[in-house]
Amino acid sequence: MNNIVFGQYYPTGSVVHRMDPRIKLLAVILYIVTVFFIKDYTMYGAILVFVLGVSCVAKIPLKVLLRTVRTIIFLVLITSIINLFFTRGGKLLVKWGVIKIYSEGIHHAVKLTLRLILLMLFPSLLTLTTTPMELTDAMESLMKPLKVIKVPVHAIALIMSIALRMIPILMEETNKIMLAQKARGADFDSGGVLKKAKAMIPVLVPLFVGAFRRADELALAMDARCYSSVAKRTKYKVMHLSVRDLVGGLICLAVFTVVFLNKYLWAFDSMILALFK
Amino acid sequence: MSIEIKDLSYVYSPGTPYASTALKSVSITINEGDFLGIIGKTGSGKSTFIQHLNALIKLQSGSIKVYDIDLTQKKPDLKKLRGTVGMVMQYPEYQLFDETVEKDVSYGPKNLGLSEEEIKGRVREAITLVGLSYDEIKDRSPFELSGGQKRRVAIAGVIAMRPRVLILDEPTAGLDPRGKKEILTLIKKLKETSSPTVIIISHDMDAVAENCDKVAFFSGGEILAEGAPRDLFYDDDLLARTEMEAPAIVKLTKALENRGVTLDSHPINKQEFVQAVKRWRDE
Amino acid sequence: MPIKFDHVTYEYPMEEKPVVAVKDVSFEIADGSFVCVCGENGSGKSTLAKLMNGLLQPTSGTVTVDDKSTATEVEKELFAIRQKVGMVFQNPDNQMIASIIEDEIAFGPENLGVPREEIGERITYALDAVGMSEHRHHTPYKLSGGQKQRVAIAAVLAMRPEVLVLDESTAMLDPKGRAEVLKVAHELHAQGITIVLITHFMEEATQADRVIVMSSGEVVMDGTPEEVFRDREGIERYDLELPIVDDVAAALSQQGVPIEDKIYSVSTLAEAICRSK
Repeated sequence: MNNIVFGQYYPTGSVVHRMDPRIKLLAVILYIVTVFFIKDYTMYGAILVFVLGVSCVAKIPLKVLLRTVRTIIFLVLITSIINLFFTRGGKLLVKWGVIKIYSEGIHHAVKLTLRLILLMLFPSLLTLTTTPMELTDAMESLMKPLKVIKVPVHAIALIMSIALRMIPILMEETNKIMLAQKARGADFDSGGVLKKAKAMIPVLVPLFVGAFRRADELALAMDARCYSSVAKRTKYKVMHLSVRDLVGGLICLAVFTVVFLNKYLWAFDSMILALFK
Repeated sequence: MSIEIKDLSYVYSPGTPYASTALKSVSITINEGDFLGIIGKTGSGKSTFIQHLNALIKLQSGSIKVYDIDLTQKKPDLKKLRGTVGMVMQYPEYQLFDETVEKDVSYGPKNLGLSEEEIKGRVREAITLVGLSYDEIKDRSPFELSGGQKRRVAIAGVIAMRPRVLILDEPTAGLDPRGKKEILTLIKKLKETSSPTVIIISHDMDAVAENCDKVAFFSGGEILAEGAPRDLFYDDDLLARTEMEAPAIVKLTKALENRGVTLDSHPINKQEFVQAVKRWRDE
Repeated sequence: MPIKFDHVTYEYPMEEKPVVAVKDVSFEIADGSFVCVCGENGSGKSTLAKLMNGLLQPTSGTVTVDDKSTATEVEKELFAIRQKVGMVFQNPDNQMIASIIEDEIAFGPENLGVPREEIGERITYALDAVGMSEHRHHTPYKLSGGQKQRVAIAAVLAMRPEVLVLDESTAMLDPKGRAEVLKVAHELHAQGITIVLITHFMEEATQADRVIVMSSGEVVMDGTPEEVFRDREGIERYDLELPIVDDVAAALSQQGVPIEDKIYSVSTLAEAICRSK
């Protein structure tokens, strides 16, 4: 249970925690776009420094932040190995039977690894510093324009928040059912894919039956507390943009702009230089 | 002797900031024929402890021997172990999954690799043992049974593996008074007929005092005391340290003591108490 | 007179033939009372509870809350009833919506359209009333069962109900959790809230002012705990049990020890035994 950090709030009460979740969400979106566009090491370095800086301000221990990377380490390894062996170009560095490693391959592998890790880090910071409820509120708020075209924005946000709440409960339940079936001699580890999939039936059936029972009870509990998707509700937590939020947002914007536009600036620079030559 | 445990320790998520010790050097011997009650508040290590008996948790340190199966070995015979130790989890009815009662109950024996014929015989026997009619219930879906029936079917699923040791975690949780009585009667019957050693985890001190011949008090991952209910439930210091309440009969006896009436024995159930009070009145 | 049942029958619609869960039941629950509803599984207790606040509407007969029938199609009227008659369910994990306790408590008042500032005050009041104030900003996931149920009660209290229905809310708890919830129920009763407690635990029933026993959808016993538990034949017939202390008292009296036939606690029975010599 403890090793699933993604989606786990890490309260420290820092400035970052108190920032408007909408700004944080926008920053993450901008960040992802930026990471996809940049290509050189200096810029990866710059972004990494930025992420570490933010996590420092947020008082998130480095260990906790890095643990989020662990969940994708397998994916990182596979993709970088594929890139390492199958990219052709640059100097041939190693030739060992059919295996050929080119300098381009190494560059590709390293960059891809960096990119994947960077892609994981900043969004993790978002979920570490923002409660699921704040996140769904932020999404609801940002999606508000969609209401005009009759998208049930509030219902979507509520569904997301309930899903987030149910994840740890269902994980625990899965674990319990697996133990119970193991006690009845179930074997989840041996055999091929088909056998393993079949072995999961005694876990999945009770899990689904249970999930439906929970959903039923939850619906009843919501009814009992007068929930209506159409009636006008008030909101206890109203998001206010403060000066601090704006400054935070501007800092992110500035960093990403510099990083993002960097190569074009370089090009611009050399163009100007060329003019004066 | 059926189970021997020495110096069993266990840490969850070792080497991480979340590491938490669940068991600290626990040693206990459980003999064949014992009816052991395990008590302690939530988080005292009870569940981690019983999960070890079925190798549901990997042994970290210490040793466990269940009959001739040594769990310290590199590859203990898990099939044999799970056919020896039967485990009924909390709310076992939530683990039913198959289309029919018969199929569900045969899941365990099938995993043991028994023959078709053997499985059929065992399933019939187990369903009958838990007090249900095999012919009436075998083709029904477990999901359409009543709560009490579901729990019986779930227990049958474990009994069909013919365990020598039967472990039940909170077997009466969520049942009405009649359901509770019936399950406790069933457990006693199973102990006499199929599984000579029974271990229950329970918060119901009255039921433990009434049924168990041994109790083990868990607290902070350790066994603080183990012995006859008659001795341990009268130990105020032990109850305080484990944050457990005494059974009602013990409370009554103590309340009498506080009023200057000392009974000539330590009664542990209703009959003993009534007899002791009668003897005191006849003095 | 908040809740009145007048010849109420409820049938669950089933494919083949409807199942009668509550059969021609009439009774009233007086303001400020503490009523315990007992009866074996499937006796109709839970259906009875859901009829009290319009979660279910009678197939025939009427249920009224403050003289207003629960059989209304108008959402506003139904919500007015559910605001007055709050309900807490059995499984603490299946009735929570939010991942932060404060948000959980706010959910009901938000649905009722309570102004924002007042929601804050209500959260403070409700968490105080159940002794969970220090957990206001925490997640419910790590709480004990008893604490979770106290939060569930607070979530209802924030709607300012007149009646609190606890539908087997102690069934899944350990003795400590059960004691916590009962203590809260008695405290709220002392503050004037009407309590309807549905339970299998007879010790809980002896502490009520009134015990209603259901069997096969009908009310078969109704009286003070003394009256109900003195009827040994009824207790036997409806598969109830005497609380252990009273069972001991009965056994003593059968064995010729002069013990009066009434409801005892450990200390009052000890007194009675002392006096018997």
